[in-house]
Amino acid sequence: MKKCGAEIFVESLLKEGVDAIFGHPGGVVLKIYDVLMDAPIRHMLMRHEQGAVHAADGYARATGRPGVCLATSGPGATNCVTGMVTANMDAIPIVVFTGQVPTTAIGNDAFQEADIFGITMPCVKHSYVVRRVEDLARTIKEAFYIAQTGKPGPVLVDIPKDVSQLETEFKYPHEVKLRGYAPTYAGHLGQVRRAAKALAQAKQPVLYVGGGAVSSNAAPELRELAELLHTPVTTTLLGLGSFPETHHLAMGMLGMHGTYWANMAMCEADLIFAIGARFDDRVTGRLDAFAENAETIIHIDIDPSNIGKNVRTDIPIVGDVKTVLRSLIDALRTIKKDWATDHAPWLETIRDWATAHPLKYDQGDEVVKGQYVIEAISQLAPKDAIIATGVGQDQMWAAQFYRFTQPRTWLTSGGLGTMGYCLPAAIGAQVAYPERMVIGIDGDGSFQMTSQELATAVQYKLPVKIVILNNYYLGMVKQWQELFYNKRYSHSYLGNIPDYVKLAEAYGAKGFRATKPHEVLPTLQRAFATPGPVITEVVIDSEEKVYPMVPAGAALREMVLA
Amino acid sequence: MVQSMASRQASHQADHDQGLRAHVISVLVENRVGVLARVAGLFTGRGFNIESLVVAESEEPTLSRMTIVTSGDTRIIEQVTKQLNKLVDVIKVVDLSREHFVERELILVKLRAETEQRAEILRITDIFRGNIVDVSPKSYVIEVTGDGEKIRAFLDLIKPIGVLEIVRTGPVALSRGSKALS
Repeated sequence: MKKCGAEIFVESLLKEGVDAIFGHPGGVVLKIYDVLMDAPIRHMLMRHEQGAVHAADGYARATGRPGVCLATSGPGATNCVTGMVTANMDAIPIVVFTGQVPTTAIGNDAFQEADIFGITMPCVKHSYVVRRVEDLARTIKEAFYIAQTGKPGPVLVDIPKDVSQLETEFKYPHEVKLRGYAPTYAGHLGQVRRAAKALAQAKQPVLYVGGGAVSSNAAPELRELAELLHTPVTTTLLGLGSFPETHHLAMGMLGMHGTYWANMAMCEADLIFAIGARFDDRVTGRLDAFAENAETIIHIDIDPSNIGKNVRTDIPIVGDVKTVLRSLIDALRTIKKDWATDHAPWLETIRDWATAHPLKYDQGDEVVKGQYVIEAISQLAPKDAIIATGVGQDQMWAAQFYRFTQPRTWLTSGGLGTMGYCLPAAIGAQVAYPERMVIGIDGDGSFQMTSQELATAVQYKLPVKIVILNNYYLGMVKQWQELFYNKRYSHSYLGNIPDYVKLAEAYGAKGFRATKPHEVLPTLQRAFATPGPVITEVVIDSEEKVYPMVPAGAALREMVLA
Repeated sequence: MVQSMASRQASHQADHDQGLRAHVISVLVENRVGVLARVAGLFTGRGFNIESLVVAESEEPTLSRMTIVTSGDTRIIEQVTKQLNKLVDVIKVVDLSREHFVERELILVKLRAETEQRAEILRITDIFRGNIVDVSPKSYVIEVTGDGEKIRAFLDLIKPIGVLEIVRTGPVALSRGSKALS
């Protein structure tokens, strides 16, 4: 039977198992929206397309399934760019559909025309302009396949208006044929054996774990490996949740605002095993002083271009983290060694570092410290709660002080550092998991970048609990200005604007405020027990800084403790 | 397993013996909208050099073959090939400079050719097995084909005579022997 492009679009999404779309209608996608009205797919009307992409991203991070976003041409499409780069930097599977002016008008500077295909070329894993309705189903099949296989990432599908209206025979392909695309999953066995041998002999090994462990769902294998070898684990910002922070082998996050003991362990390790991590500059500090005692660096990455990019690797293994770890564990099980005894002195050294310089802050009676709020949230939140963050001090304190125990409970913009990510990402996760608690930990600056999505949360009764750490400043900017720019706080003061309780109420959400330390726990308790979307403003100390800190360009060893 | 522990930086050390040299990279791509823009954008976005880039349909109409001349140390060239391979529309990438290959470039040179120089120009063109493809009372257009060295040598001789315009295709290249990329 013949179907129009818009019907093919919806049918194809159903074939892909899509249950939710985050979007915003406009002129050239009205045919699609018309068909969507009767489709068994939930659609969240986001208030800005950036919010739509972040929501799709939050949905994807929380579920592991591709998030879907739909926007109109021109400004609708360009508003998606920040979200696409965010997803691209963190390797998050999303499919972004944009409308386009009719094929006959492309290139004529038509109303609401933007070359979104050209604009987003460096922002996506892959992209398409569908010029013939006959190509639509195959393109959608490929888009979903590419987004979620190999190293995941955003895929753009630009659909001209006439393509959504024209009719053709609908046949959804069973498989994709892409001669230029064949990701490697299984690691090279020889390399795996070499890695096993090196790991077995190491005296002071460290597992350095990134977002790749989360995206390949490798938390069980990671834990098995760490416990088998009695090896300490440190995670990157994106790796949080892949290893329980409550585990005796967990060292927390490493890098610029990582723990003292994780960074020292990296400096003193004789073997570093990078697992789905890419040696980002925020992790390594100054490169020529990085891992100076490591005789061996092993690196698993599904993306060959990450291997040897910043740091020399002795044993590279291209492959999927879960698959490679499985074969590595099998190889290690044939080696009989008492790693518990072997690594006891190393673990003891790390414990000494942790005792000497724990993460700390001084919570007095008067002003609330941001870190204290995170600890309170961590204490109150159920184990399976999902945490979304903004970018800056709120994000770093959350990474340091929240005790993650499960993967895919942590939504944060790591690579791009996108302020405004928190609220829409929380909405995306809440759509995926209506029954779970989704908590946003945001800064006042970050929140204001996408605060309009409160309307979305209220409209669809999405009970996200957003906690705004309000210090009246762009806190991390202020921190850098204090430390590196002679305390000249150039344009980083936001003031006490707006009144967040009133703002919440204006949208029809609930608003709470805590300004004193003793109010924090009871206020959060009330907020978390209140149905529907809730904004909780906690006024925090604007003088407080995120420590430890490795200044940009310094070596990990040169971290400033307070 | 023991090696220099002084620096873990993916370093340029190994390149001192090699220096920054030109690499000829052959890339087989889908013959599709946007592929050239994707490849060119990758080079600018990541700060890689393009000395020349030639692309046209290959032996198979759905495939195009690109010949890219770029330069960089081994780390950069490794990144160039890996990043190219990541593109979904890129089917195969080979750094021809690592093997034996043939390379040809076509050049058209428009020369001022007054009476007294015409014989000399003809002789040089003949030596380089070039052709005069356009003649006017005061000018020649010469076509010469060859590898980089030959083109350079030809230009060295012809430039002092009075070049009006030069256009070059940039090199195209294939590996020697029966091995094929596709």
